[in-house]
Amino acid sequence: MNAPFKKSRFSRRAILKGGAITVGFAVTGLPGRTLAQSAAIAARRLDPKEVDSFLAVNGDGTVTLYCGKVDLGQGLRISMPQIAAEELGIGVDKIKFVQGDTALTPDQGRTSGSNGIQRGGMQIRQAAATARKALIDLAAQRLNAKPEDLIASGGEVKPKAGGAGVAFASLIGGRQFDLKLDPKAPLKDPATYTIVGKALARPDVPEKCFGTHVYMHDFAVPDMLHARVIRPAAVGAKLVSVDEASIKDIPGARVVRVKDLLAVVADDEWNAIRASRALRAQWSEWTGLPAQADLAAALRTDPGIVDETLVNKGTPAAQRPDGAKVLTATYYWPMQSHASIGPSCAVADVRGDSATVWTASQGTHGNQETFARFLGLPKEKVRLIYLEGSGCYGMNGHEDAAADAAILSRAAGRPVRVQWTREDELGWDPKGPPQLIGISAAVMPDGRILDWRTELWIPKTTRGMPNIPLLAPEAAGLDHVPGLNPGLISQNGDPSYAAESIQVVAHWLKDAPLRPAPIRSPGKPANCFAVESFVDELASAIGADPVEFRLRGLKDPRAIEVLKRTAALMNWQSRPYQVASAGNGIARGRGISFVHYKHSETYVGMGMEVAVDRTSGRIAVERVACAHDCGQIINPDGVRSQVEGSILQTISRVLMEEVKFDRSRVVSVDWSSYPILRFSGVPKIDIDLIDRPTQPPLGAGEAACAAVGASLANAVHDATGVRLRTVPFTPDRVKAALTGKA
Amino acid sequence: MARYDLRINGKAQTVESSDADKPLLYVLRDLKLTATKFGCGLGQCGACTVLIDGAAVRSCQTTIDDAKGKPIVTLEGLGTPDKPHPLQTAFIKEQVPQCGYCTSGMIMSAAALLATNNKPSESDIRSALDGNLCRCGTHTRVLRAVMAAAGQGG
Repeated sequence: MNAPFKKSRFSRRAILKGGAITVGFAVTGLPGRTLAQSAAIAARRLDPKEVDSFLAVNGDGTVTLYCGKVDLGQGLRISMPQIAAEELGIGVDKIKFVQGDTALTPDQGRTSGSNGIQRGGMQIRQAAATARKALIDLAAQRLNAKPEDLIASGGEVKPKAGGAGVAFASLIGGRQFDLKLDPKAPLKDPATYTIVGKALARPDVPEKCFGTHVYMHDFAVPDMLHARVIRPAAVGAKLVSVDEASIKDIPGARVVRVKDLLAVVADDEWNAIRASRALRAQWSEWTGLPAQADLAAALRTDPGIVDETLVNKGTPAAQRPDGAKVLTATYYWPMQSHASIGPSCAVADVRGDSATVWTASQGTHGNQETFARFLGLPKEKVRLIYLEGSGCYGMNGHEDAAADAAILSRAAGRPVRVQWTREDELGWDPKGPPQLIGISAAVMPDGRILDWRTELWIPKTTRGMPNIPLLAPEAAGLDHVPGLNPGLISQNGDPSYAAESIQVVAHWLKDAPLRPAPIRSPGKPANCFAVESFVDELASAIGADPVEFRLRGLKDPRAIEVLKRTAALMNWQSRPYQVASAGNGIARGRGISFVHYKHSETYVGMGMEVAVDRTSGRIAVERVACAHDCGQIINPDGVRSQVEGSILQTISRVLMEEVKFDRSRVVSVDWSSYPILRFSGVPKIDIDLIDRPTQPPLGAGEAACAAVGASLANAVHDATGVRLRTVPFTPDRVKAALTGKA
Repeated sequence: MARYDLRINGKAQTVESSDADKPLLYVLRDLKLTATKFGCGLGQCGACTVLIDGAAVRSCQTTIDDAKGKPIVTLEGLGTPDKPHPLQTAFIKEQVPQCGYCTSGMIMSAAALLATNNKPSESDIRSALDGNLCRCGTHTRVLRAVMAAAGQGG
């Protein structure tokens, strides 16, 4: 008998009780400290090379999927189970989903860079494929059949020819696979998919509509204190003195201070808030921020510059041919906030020699070491558990709030919940850094592009940074790794189109005015705004139609299809830029842009129709058309929802958003000083999703963001003849440009 | 401690507070009615919207003293999975929320609109919801859902 597995390979000691134990506490809001759960934790494997780290077939016929990536509202709660269920051969309703818990889920890296499905999902697919092969081999023994004559479907393995099957639970329920992920385990033919590719509903949506979804903000543990952190009066200010008597009349309120980390705590949340308002504290003077008006110019002359050539293709022409038109332009994208609707929140219980932190961080695993370092605990004694917060779109204040809570919990000797204020969130969330981009190129009358050169002035990521430096360990004088981490902000500085030579040079800056962090589609909205605006400037210089000009330089058939389908959605009529009419009325125009995200991922074409009020300078985006190819689509409604969100959020960033600061601190700290898009500014959106079932799935969470700025600027140029190169396109700025004052 | 008689989701409740200015938002959340969210505490974002006397109000700007005796409805009281409000049905059907943090306030503002205007135009909806902020960019789905809840779907 050539049994592929001996029975002893399936460990009997590691019985997982249905997976419900781990899901249970997140739903009920109770802390995860039951005996049952401890037993499960002891048994969990976490190595992402092992099948058991991802999947457990439970005795009741369900399967628990342990996912290191987390659902931030982008729908991994359904798309990941779709991938696992499809590949295993079981109904998606039988999959239980556990996410982002350092004690339960494998480390699959941060949920960032739009790589949840693209990388994390593919690990899960491979784990499920490996598991399916093992289940079929086990069933072959049981049924005395050949594996190739069996099929896994509906949670059982059965003969392809028909007849009785054997349930997954009966084959391996409650036991482990003891298998490495097998990269050669055969994957299902996408033509046979019945679950992947379906617009299945997201399971969290009803809870969110009935108010029963337990957000990070709604989570509580027994004996928990409510804390408010008192932020310094200036970014670099130190705490001079605290007048604890100033809150003596507020019931139960007291001060907790760890060096410059100052907080008030109370059993009652409202009393904590009252105390935070009443507390008198004196901070040192600090005026270390640059002048806002000089920021863009200061980036170019920053003394800390290190140059690096990122792209160097072809050789610049020694002598430009006759008829070449040479253009240069500079574009600027300002500092922006993640601007989450719910200010960051976290709960931590740090007592004795262990820490449990409930956090809405996109990277629970990646923060385990960071938290262990500043708490001075071994990594395995620090557990971070993900709970969904208000959308974060990169690295907002979620991790800072978690660090606040951890340090305050240890100081207070009780579990602590920290809730940031609106002012904290807009003032102190780490920011998308400012980006200055200079481009020059020449264009021939026939559309050939020569001598393309992009220069980027951007902060450099510090090598080996585990995360961004968090506020609380810094203020509390605890061990942490200083440095910068703005994310991969130098990508897409080069065009997607053929040019005789292309150079991209980064002038890396050693510092950034405020703490930088990845913000949705790090760097790419700015780089693509510059590159795709400049492509239009070239087209305009030779009187070419912007779509035809682009198509001339594209070879990749997927790129060409995306651009053509965008043009079709726009009912695009070939013509050069219109000669703008003067006057005070409404001017209308159209614009288009194309982005091949990171030059290796999702393809996005975006067209816009805008109306510009010449009197007020107000831009109304009336319609957006987007063709989108992210390879194999796991859940079309999930992709559509992400594309809609990417478009609207980035329209907001392009039209309205800039962090304002004086020499001491951020001053745009509420929704009137940091306005974002409202319903009155929302356009009609038409999306054409291109599904390529036989291609690898690519990220859909942020690629469309990158195409927004240029499409909008190109439409404004078409409407008015004015080229906007500085974001945000505020009415004042547009008016200045229209009257030639910019 | 003063006592306040409140009528929340059709139920009479007496709540104690040493502060007459305690915002209704925290009164509700202390009662585990956590559908109502803290977003800004400034009346600028709409995440904390509830109905008082049928009108949409910002619970972060309404004191416990102002709210006493008046009928208060939160998202939990608007409808349940067994008896959903048409807006909840429509928001689920249209798969509106992403992070969903603004959803409660959106539904409450829309409920106040539909209570006074059962056939709103899209422009009416945009006006009624203009004070409700969403960062995920679910606006077009919100508009579709509110239209559908008013029997103007498709």
